[in-house]
Amino acid sequence: MTEQRPPLTKKERMAIDRVAMPEQDPELRSINFAEVNQGLTYQLALLEAQRCLECPKEYCIEGCPVSVNIPRFIRFLRDGDVAAAANSLLADNALPCVTGRVCPQETQCELVCLRGKTGKPVAIGYLERYVADWAQAHADQLEHATATRTRKSVAVIGSGPAGLTAAGELVHRGHEVTIFEAFHAAGGVLIYGIPEFRLPKDIVQAEVDRLKEAGVKIEPNAIIGKTFTLPELRERFDAIFVAVGAGLPVFMNVPGENLKGVYSANEYLTRVNLMGAWNEESDTPILHGRRVAVVGGGNVAMDSVRTARRLGATDATIVYRRGREELPARIEEVHHAEQEGVEFRFQVAPVEVIGDEKGWVTGLRCIEMALGEPDASGRRRPEPIPGSEFELACDMVVVAIGTRANPLLTATAPELVVNERGYLQTDEHGMTSMPGVFAGGDIVRGAATVILAMGDGKRAAKAIDAYLQGSYPPPEDAPATEARQARATATTTA
Amino acid sequence: MHTIRAKHHLSPNVWRLVVDAPRIAEIRQPGQFVIVRLGPGAERIPLTIADADPDAGTISLVIQSVGKSTYDLVELEPGGAITDIAGPLGRPTDLIEAGHAVCVGGGVGTAVILPIARELQSRGVRVTSIVGGRSREWVIMEEELGEAGDVIACTDDGSYGRPGFVTEALKDTIEAGGVDAVYAVGPVPMMRAVSELTRPFEVPTTVSLNAIMLDGTGMCGGCRVSIGGETRYACVDGPEFDGHLVDFAALMDRLSTYRVFEQEALAKREACHIEAGEKAAVAATEARS
Repeated sequence: MTEQRPPLTKKERMAIDRVAMPEQDPELRSINFAEVNQGLTYQLALLEAQRCLECPKEYCIEGCPVSVNIPRFIRFLRDGDVAAAANSLLADNALPCVTGRVCPQETQCELVCLRGKTGKPVAIGYLERYVADWAQAHADQLEHATATRTRKSVAVIGSGPAGLTAAGELVHRGHEVTIFEAFHAAGGVLIYGIPEFRLPKDIVQAEVDRLKEAGVKIEPNAIIGKTFTLPELRERFDAIFVAVGAGLPVFMNVPGENLKGVYSANEYLTRVNLMGAWNEESDTPILHGRRVAVVGGGNVAMDSVRTARRLGATDATIVYRRGREELPARIEEVHHAEQEGVEFRFQVAPVEVIGDEKGWVTGLRCIEMALGEPDASGRRRPEPIPGSEFELACDMVVVAIGTRANPLLTATAPELVVNERGYLQTDEHGMTSMPGVFAGGDIVRGAATVILAMGDGKRAAKAIDAYLQGSYPPPEDAPATEARQARATATTTA
Repeated sequence: MHTIRAKHHLSPNVWRLVVDAPRIAEIRQPGQFVIVRLGPGAERIPLTIADADPDAGTISLVIQSVGKSTYDLVELEPGGAITDIAGPLGRPTDLIEAGHAVCVGGGVGTAVILPIARELQSRGVRVTSIVGGRSREWVIMEEELGEAGDVIACTDDGSYGRPGFVTEALKDTIEAGGVDAVYAVGPVPMMRAVSELTRPFEVPTTVSLNAIMLDGTGMCGGCRVSIGGETRYACVDGPEFDGHLVDFAALMDRLSTYRVFEQEALAKREACHIEAGEKAAVAATEARS
């Protein structure tokens, strides 16, 4: 694929404008589940790759929670060697097709891109997606490293982004890896949570299949804490990585919350995504709300409200207690939601769900909020304005205000130390209070992003590898990594 | 894949499937359930584990065909298979250690009562089972329950056993004295009637709630029920609760969430079957001619 072309001067590179992601028309896409972002063409990808200035200090790598060598894969791409770019990317990132779609690049790699100082940053996410999709379509042209078998076994509990990443890293280090998944299909939040129009399920399936081909075993329908306990697994495996996510929904705790037509975002999205209820062929039912209120301002709220639009909602409204500037969702998701006709009600909090005599939702009683002084999260604290209550007419409410730890697993392993919110405590390398049992992702940090979970998976895999070789703790990470992780506070959900 | 080893017809719309599920057979306890997904496109539905044979590695699922998913399941024959069975889920039944327990089963709920009655008996608890149905053919598992203690069968139409509802037989049993606990599983109106009956007698009463579930592990919150004014999840906090604290009206209401969808799915399924039947008939006619 290598094409020789004269290198551009810095001035010529600076003159190139950031490419725009080809998107499905907003009106058309608000009634279908096909992917919104269509991906770059080869020409667009090559053009965008030229914009990278190859800075001597590689801020973008520091900005990435899994330390992808961004300038390296972009350089290969720019030179037209997409296979080399793909090998380079895959060496750093186990799920590039996923992160190229759902990462909040604007707060990570692209935030620190030097080109952003005077204009728009290099579209690193678009390029990552381009190279990753190419790799998925051209698996036969990729390098396949074969690791020496260690005969050590690792159980990975949960097949979300943290679990899949750790499994990939560990199998490539020669360990026998078995993933235990509670659902009937692997992928975790990537298949039950993030909708088809943002992350097609066949993409996730292909990533899972790639791991299986590499030798990872997957045991579905295995609920750790029920089907097996953690101590039982500990006896069967040389090490364990717990990556079960923060599975429990948080409700608003207001009257009327058990009326018919009130969903947790978890239930709503799982019905639609994992169970395929958007599709006529699925036996799983879903309510098709005409006027839908989604409570919350994160990516899960955006996914829910955009899903409701696609399932026929004429009015789809985000109800958020803070202001637009405080929305934790990615800018792109907010922008896409607005394009698709979603309404936003800012500084409004629900106080009651109202229903009819048959128990169906008819409205959401809300109160307006004033923004006071910044709270512990640094965002201005919303406070109710007395006497400002009003009713928002709706026939469905989706509650997307966060998730919390599921106690099923920890209940069967009393020696695991959890914090007051039920999240697992680990040392700086990811090991819990049980020797040989590591943890990462949302079950450690609370609801966060796909990429932070993947970062945990990668880091834990390194630590587990050291543990299995009898050289725990692993060599120190570069200090930059710690600083980066401290910066990447978990306020958004992907 | 979980192969069907045997199938028994228990009542006009209730079947028992004996299915391979070795791990679940080994560790399940009375009161626990599984989530079953027949195959691609199928729903995930909760089903109580009626019985288990750890040596054979099988569990028994007793299924009443009421909607598309349950019709699809009871159409399976031995040799066929269920793709996914997850469990055992839920908390095991809180069983008394001694005394006299009355186990009340209505319709398909009788299957849930059986493992409870057996476990109680093995602890040395005296067990009286009261099982009911509309008429004779709807009374199930009388024989198996008979091995665990006394059985009073009741039919609404008086065609078999004692005429009348299970609550009438239960009232007489409680009034005779010495009842320490009641375990009741059946249609929601039956469990409500039993709970109302036992309340003035202050007999602890456990009921099993068949709320709508998706994952069975607490992550969807769809099975939320109101217990003593507090929201609980039937899948992880239950499925069994103190009948005197359950808001049965709220449960019934939530259970009706997808009624229209269920009726449509069933009608569509029947239409497909009629169409398939007609096609088969046409093909048979053509083959003959």
